[in-house]
Amino acid sequence: MTEAVPTLAPPIPVKIIVAGGFAVGKTTFVAAVSEIEPLSTEAPLTQMSRGVDDHGRRSTKTATTVAMDFGRITLGADLVLYLFGTPGQGRFQFMWDDLVRGAIGAVVLVDSERLAESFAAVDYFERLGMAFVVAVNTFDGIAAHHLADVRDALALGPGVPLSYCDARDRPSAHQTLIALVQHAVALATA
Amino acid sequence: MNQIGIEPPLGPKGSSPAEHDGAGRRVRPYAITSGRTRPLGGDLPVEALVQRTAMGGRALPTAHLERRRILELTAEPLAVAEVSALLRLHLGVTAVLLGDLVAEDLVIVYLPPAASASRVDLVLLERVLQGLRSL
Ligand SMILES: Nc1nc2c(ncn2[C@@H]2O[C@H](COP(=O)(O)OP(=O)(O)O)[C@@H](O)[C@H]2O)c(=O)[nH]1
Ligand SMILES: [Mg+2]
Repeated sequence: MTEAVPTLAPPIPVKIIVAGGFAVGKTTFVAAVSEIEPLSTEAPLTQMSRGVDDHGRRSTKTATTVAMDFGRITLGADLVLYLFGTPGQGRFQFMWDDLVRGAIGAVVLVDSERLAESFAAVDYFERLGMAFVVAVNTFDGIAAHHLADVRDALALGPGVPLSYCDARDRPSAHQTLIALVQHAVALATA
Repeated sequence: MNQIGIEPPLGPKGSSPAEHDGAGRRVRPYAITSGRTRPLGGDLPVEALVQRTAMGGRALPTAHLERRRILELTAEPLAVAEVSALLRLHLGVTAVLLGDLVAEDLVIVYLPPAASASRVDLVLLERVLQGLRSL
């Protein structure tokens, strides 16, 4: 049995979820910070989906899959961070419970022109008690709203970090990840 | 790391009970060295790392299709999601294939330390933070 186990210990894998509604910039964000060509994988909704499907039928099983973005950041020989960008609306939420288990936390991206797209994600992580930050994707560098207004509109608690971010820009996305982990550390030491 | 190796399948190959869960999926039980037995199925963390064993390396030349690809890809540890993406396979299908390979001792799956905890350990968080800052 001993030869089955490689002698070099593999790195410790940790993950961060990149969530938010349709077209808020999740794929763009993951691509900006990932050291590998971002990949997409199909996650099954089959065993996760409950309740009513698109056609209004009661269903416990569907063949639906959802595309998930996937990126990687090596943080040392023994530590690797994975990023998972996942749609966060409606029935897609059913897959989150499995996906987010063990995550450091989540970056919830919002488009300030379409805040409602990301309500579900904010709600989800809040209820889960998982560390999350909200990043307003500025698109074209234009911030349509003041952060205070966004905080109000999303009904974010004062403790939830909120910032602008440009999902296409590596340093900006990188800074957002740092803000999330800082927040997770703060929550863990509180 | 808190290395969790996968032990050989319970019982001779082929005789391990193919159990069915409530949804009718086939699940294969596997033992991990921490003593728990869990199915390698829907709850296989997407960031769990897969690496081929020495035996897996030897089996590579005669392996076929996806099995061969997985053995080729996992000379170095690769995340389950990465395997799934590179093979263009559904995560669920990937988990089943990996379950077979684990049962045959051809690959080993390393579960993340956080898989069994509700929160990521503070020391680990601080290392992640330091790692990100020094990029
Ligand atoms: N101009 C601009 N376009 C962006 C930005 N972020 C995303 N986009 C575009 O917005 C669209 C949706 O982004 P995408 O990352 O696919 O969103 P997702 O659905 O959340 O994965 C794409 O066409 C992106 O190129 C940004 O910061 N500026
Ligand atoms: Mg996308």
